[in-house]
Amino acid sequence: MNKTLLILQREYLTRVKKPSFIIMTFLGPLLMAMLMIVPVFLATLSDSGIKKVAVLDETDWFTGKFENDENYIYTYVNENLDSLKAKVLKGDYNTLVYIPEPELNIPVNAMLFNAKQASLSLKSSIRNTIKTEVENRKLLSSGIDPEVIKSSKTNINIQTIKLENDGKESKSYTEVDVALGLITSILIYFFIFMFGALVMRGVIEEKTSRIIEVMVSSVRPFQLMMGKITGIALVGLTQFLLWVLLTLGIYSIFALIFGPEAVSQLPVGNNMMGQSLDSGQIANNAQINEIFEVIHSINFGVIIFSFLIYFIGGYLLYAALFAAIGSAVDNEADTQQFMLPVSIPLILGIILSNFIVNNPDGSVAFWLSMIPLTSPVIMMVRIPFGVPYWEIALSMALLIMGFIFTTWLAAKIYRTGILMYGKKVNYKELWKWIRYQ
Amino acid sequence: MQFIQIQEVTKAYANHLALNKVSLSVPKQTIYGLLGPNGAGKTSLIRIINQITAPDSGQVFIDGELLHAKHIAHIGYLPEERGLYKKMKVGEQALYLAQLKGVDKKVAEKRLKLWFERFEIMGWWNRKVEELSKGMQQKIQFVVTVIHEPKLLIFDEPFSGFDPINVNILKEEILRLRQEGATIIFSTHNMSSVEELCDNIALINNGNKILEGSVRDIRQQYRTNTFEVHLSNVSSFFDEALPNGFHLISKTASGSDEMNVLIQCDPHVKANDLLSFLLPFGQIVSYKELLPSMHDIFIQQIESQNIKISI
Repeated sequence: MNKTLLILQREYLTRVKKPSFIIMTFLGPLLMAMLMIVPVFLATLSDSGIKKVAVLDETDWFTGKFENDENYIYTYVNENLDSLKAKVLKGDYNTLVYIPEPELNIPVNAMLFNAKQASLSLKSSIRNTIKTEVENRKLLSSGIDPEVIKSSKTNINIQTIKLENDGKESKSYTEVDVALGLITSILIYFFIFMFGALVMRGVIEEKTSRIIEVMVSSVRPFQLMMGKITGIALVGLTQFLLWVLLTLGIYSIFALIFGPEAVSQLPVGNNMMGQSLDSGQIANNAQINEIFEVIHSINFGVIIFSFLIYFIGGYLLYAALFAAIGSAVDNEADTQQFMLPVSIPLILGIILSNFIVNNPDGSVAFWLSMIPLTSPVIMMVRIPFGVPYWEIALSMALLIMGFIFTTWLAAKIYRTGILMYGKKVNYKELWKWIRYQ
Repeated sequence: MQFIQIQEVTKAYANHLALNKVSLSVPKQTIYGLLGPNGAGKTSLIRIINQITAPDSGQVFIDGELLHAKHIAHIGYLPEERGLYKKMKVGEQALYLAQLKGVDKKVAEKRLKLWFERFEIMGWWNRKVEELSKGMQQKIQFVVTVIHEPKLLIFDEPFSGFDPINVNILKEEILRLRQEGATIIFSTHNMSSVEELCDNIALINNGNKILEGSVRDIRQQYRTNTFEVHLSNVSSFFDEALPNGFHLISKTASGSDEMNVLIQCDPHVKANDLLSFLLPFGQIVSYKELLPSMHDIFIQQIESQNIKISI
């Protein structure tokens, strides 16, 4: 059996069998699902029970303005404040709204009396009602009809349509492109750091446990390094794949239990729609059509293909550098000085990606998506907006050349570094190692 | 028949010469001691044989063939700094390392079971390395070193970290391995084990070979012609009467009529003359030549090079 393959197998199996890997694999999607499901679940819970609200309005401005809804029933009362408080305590009312006589003719104060803590939604709905009424009256006193204001408010709907070379026109959804670009680039960023650090720690572990000398008397350092890098890449891909599958699984279970309406209320569903839905709204036919149109507008083939290439290529490029860092130091505390320059391009990429989404075809975006150190992050931001195929091909070719170069460089450092102990290594020293025959 | 031939191997690091045109030859099926103070270049040489590093110039031949990647499978190396994957189970790890040396998994498993039974460590198979004591880990490491039945074994300080009982077990195993055909290179500071085990030695200092040969020849070569005689029933005093060419070095009386004397002879005189001279003075209990120990030769050689050593 090929030795690199044997090493790959060990690196993969020991990590996949670790309890921490198994826990992370199952906990990750579960936490994600919790984040999405719990708010919806809580919302369905809070529906139960209608709350009675007493309104003591000393101004008489708001009679009939508080409208009953499925949660709250408003009763206008005219009693002594203290006796009402007593009633709230007794439980006759859940909440008492007290609007006192205004000091300067305009009521700007209100008080909520509760036996328990007042709910935020009630508070904000009462504030809105009071505010609207006060504003309306102010407008009226200045001679403006509030209805005029209302009718002048307009919702503008802008459709973005992408013109293609073959004359086709397709609707594009900028918000969706932004979300897709940012999500995929952040995923790549995390994958590179998480699993690159794993490679580095693996190398340091072999060095500190001194197994390294036994290993290099059996295999070539390059085989050891490549076995480790590819083995850990497979660990990462396995974890990623399991996350996708598990998340989908939890989603469909959730959909089965709560029905498709609940799914459309999930925050992710809303993001996909580019915030065009209010969270309380129920998906109707028009919206479902829109969802289909959005999905149709995404070029999944290109996105998935490039995601995989940049995901793996970016990882390989950085993992080799991380392996070299691990080989040059004796313990993890010493990695800092080398980690910084290696991580800066990636961090810069992720920071700049927020600007790139505003100008995905600018020259900064173009160059950063060509430089192999930043291209995995930046190109993924650009791709959903549509990038000429030759640019993608060039960038990928440069990425492949980049990782061949870093691997070659790292192998030179690695092979000397792994057998070097107790030496504070600086850049001058590394340069010397690279030049060794 | 020479199994290993090292010809004029030179290796320089950034700021020092680790090996300076070192040539050695290790006869087949012998134990060869590679001696020298710390930093002499032993590890550099061992790493070159193991193909961990390449020499700047010079050649290494194994069994008549120029050193090649395929030879890795025939070399077993026990480095001075022992190391195993701490989190890995003992059996799994031994199998892995054996496979990396090119042994088929099933064959490796069979051999490992034999070794584990011989060392009575079968119960450790499923335990993690970190749960074992240092001595236990050393045993595993030894097994891993020999599991692919290499023709050449390189042991760097094999006895460090072992208790005396285990040192003996290990010595027996090393001798048995030689018996079975292996050639063994043995790097150590422990001179008594050199005298006990090694057939040949080389002494390296500052990257230069300063001495090579069989242990017996070297000790003969550095003999000082000193004899130790133990006498009982000593009847009379004799030191003034020593014949020409003999010099009394020391004389210690033990008990009422027993005596221990050290006498040095000049090179041209015969040792038997001393014996016949001594016969009338009492009963001779023992009579032997004091050959210098490897320890003494080692220190004398290194110090004569005016090198500070730290063993």
